[in-house]
Amino acid sequence: MGLIEAIILAVLAASTPLLLAATGELVTERSGVLNLGVEGMMIVGAACGFGGAWLSGSVIIGALCGIAAGVLMSLIFALMTLGLAVNQVATGLALTILGIGLSGLIGSRFVGEKISLAPHLYIPGLTDIPLIGRILFGEDAFVYLSLALVAGVWFFLYKTRAGLILRAAGDNHASAHALGYSVLRIRMFAVMFGGACAGLAGAYLPLAYTPFFIPGMTAGRGWIALALVVFASWLPGRLVIGAYLFGAVTILQLHAQGWGVGIPSQLMSALPYLATVIVLVLISRARTGGSTAPAALGTVFVPDR
Amino acid sequence: MLDSTPAELDTGAAPLLRTVGLTKRYGSFLANEAIDIDVWPMQIHALLGENGAGKSTLVKAIYGLIQPSEGEMRWQGEKMVLSGPSEARSRGIGMVFQHFSLFDNLTVAENVALGLDGKESFKDMSARLEQVSRVYGLPLDPKREVWQLSVGERQRIEIVRALMQNPKFLILDEPTAVLTPQEADQLFVVLNRLKAEGRAILYISHKLEEVKRLCDTATILRGGRKVSTCNPKAETAASLARMMVGGEIKEVRAPANRRTTIPRLVVNDLSLEPDDPHSVRLRNISFELKGGEILGIAGVAGNGQDELFAALSGERLAQDPSTIVIDGHAAGHLSITQRRKLGAAFVPEERLGHGTVPRMKLSENALLTGHAASGMVLHGFVNTAATLKTVDRATETFDVRKAKRDPEAASLSGGNLQKFIVGREILRNPMVLVVSQPTWGVDAGAAAVIRQALLDLAAAGAALLVTSQDLDELAEITDRIAVMFHGHLSEPLPTADASREKLGLLMGGSTLGQKEAAHAVGA
Repeated sequence: MGLIEAIILAVLAASTPLLLAATGELVTERSGVLNLGVEGMMIVGAACGFGGAWLSGSVIIGALCGIAAGVLMSLIFALMTLGLAVNQVATGLALTILGIGLSGLIGSRFVGEKISLAPHLYIPGLTDIPLIGRILFGEDAFVYLSLALVAGVWFFLYKTRAGLILRAAGDNHASAHALGYSVLRIRMFAVMFGGACAGLAGAYLPLAYTPFFIPGMTAGRGWIALALVVFASWLPGRLVIGAYLFGAVTILQLHAQGWGVGIPSQLMSALPYLATVIVLVLISRARTGGSTAPAALGTVFVPDR
Repeated sequence: MLDSTPAELDTGAAPLLRTVGLTKRYGSFLANEAIDIDVWPMQIHALLGENGAGKSTLVKAIYGLIQPSEGEMRWQGEKMVLSGPSEARSRGIGMVFQHFSLFDNLTVAENVALGLDGKESFKDMSARLEQVSRVYGLPLDPKREVWQLSVGERQRIEIVRALMQNPKFLILDEPTAVLTPQEADQLFVVLNRLKAEGRAILYISHKLEEVKRLCDTATILRGGRKVSTCNPKAETAASLARMMVGGEIKEVRAPANRRTTIPRLVVNDLSLEPDDPHSVRLRNISFELKGGEILGIAGVAGNGQDELFAALSGERLAQDPSTIVIDGHAAGHLSITQRRKLGAAFVPEERLGHGTVPRMKLSENALLTGHAASGMVLHGFVNTAATLKTVDRATETFDVRKAKRDPEAASLSGGNLQKFIVGREILRNPMVLVVSQPTWGVDAGAAAVIRQALLDLAAAGAALLVTSQDLDELAEITDRIAVMFHGHLSEPLPTADASREKLGLLMGGSTLGQKEAAHAVGA
């Protein structure tokens, strides 16, 4: 296996949790809700995902546990921001702090345990093609799932009526309410979808990336996913490009250290955020009007009845 | 759908919609109290009342947005309970909102689709949209995003969206507030056509002349109750206003001995680049305003009035200091505070957030504009007694009603807060007052107080620049009126010569003077 092939495989693996979490957050934000708790939902997803897989011996059950944990975390967020109209930024930050603590508690008995990683696809013939075979036909199920998810989200947002209504709720909640749409219900589903994706993204780490659980193993990936949504200017297509780009940066950072390149690793880890800032500037210069971000993003909505 | 009249319309015995004792309570506050109205097909029914009279609450109940606390609605004689707007729409009730219920970042077609129930494909819907807009003479491009469109075009989307449902009953909430007189006339043609097709229209407006022209019946609300139902054509605007207010409105009177003095505010060839993509470029604006004079600026919102205000107040600076001259001093490069020190005062359009800080007390808000040119600050310390005194004086002089001596700005009603803001500036005895939309969204009583205060200030020798969408207001208090269109300011007309037709043409972008100017050049 060549070095390039190895690097590409590593990039795909590092990018997949980013893509999963960012896809969920994109849907959440498109409905007008800013959930900064992605990191917290991910880490709880990682702990529960590992726990489920270790106890049952099944990666699928582990993944389902991760999803369920993410949804439960997002329901706390939904209760606070949608039900009680609490500030979304503060609640999201609190959710992350809660998640980090909670995952330590849940995961404490699993620390030091080991499971077998999710199997990789193997199609005789295809997977054996040199160079591209392993890359295209030899990934684990999560990689394919994440790409299918992005495609599904794109189709949902732009080709279905429900997607149109979700975008409408994120653009102007007062108008959506006036037309008779239940803004809070739409947003609740969007937040839950975001939680499910974040939980799955978290579970990916112990199930397919490293076969054990350590506290804090998400290591800021939730924040990168948040930056990624902005980087993609809330468009699903760009999310894929951004996720692989950000994944590549993290892998390059490791290799750069190995090769003794004189770039400080801190600078490399700051690159995704720097790129996001630059993209934001470019977007605001390029647009002649309208807004790229969902116009109601981060605002609390209380319907009058 | 449009080639035939709506099905099942009969002008039989039962009204299309009847409300019986309709009541809506918010806590202990009665927004609507036992309201009975009947709306018949082939009728334009006006709903009149001041702000807070309960008009919006009533139409929200009819559109299913809120549930009445008591009473009932009958649709074609049968009891109707609405679960929400989509049920109202399916029965044939359509609504055109005052503050448009549009989505800026979605296309026209997507906006229309959101107002329908999604039973037809997007493609069929788009085709029907083009057909409806053509049939009614309301042209729209389905693929444009809303933020690119003018106010008039946005309203067309709302109307077409309502018409796409082939409604039997159409509610319009102050549809002409944002239109030029000509655009309003075009709307009336559409409304009369809808009426002739057998539909019923419930029409909310503040503009009484318009109601007299257009409507067959008027129901007047005051303080949440129905005052009367009458034929507006048989009433005068004054008698309708009396019913709305529940008493005589104080007549605004121009003081007799008003004389114009020296030029106080001169603008010479002011041009300003827009600072963000949504704003308008100011082009070569010039006028001269003398002490004792009130100049009105008319125009459809968004034609550069906000930008002109920003340039005059110093929120944005002009490149050349001499383009703005306040009381003989070149001021184009001066900050707001420096301009205030020259004797200028400014009242922006938006009361909360621009005119005042909503969560600050009135005394603190008084300090924010008064700190430079009054005794409110001594050696860097705030003189609280002086700020409170300003609040008290404004309260007394301008009849500001509030719950306590020094409440937060946001707790005042719109009219009372506006009286406070105008009072705060007038009490500083400015020589130049620039005021934007002085009575926007203010009830008739408070509006009269504010207009009288402006006239009195002019009589005291100050120069006033008043921007307003309300042509009647400008006719009432100004000496000359100029019109803003696409960042240009027209030559001011004497108010006596400024007919609605002339102003309307200018607001729509035609240049009255062009022919005369051409003649002058030719001669």
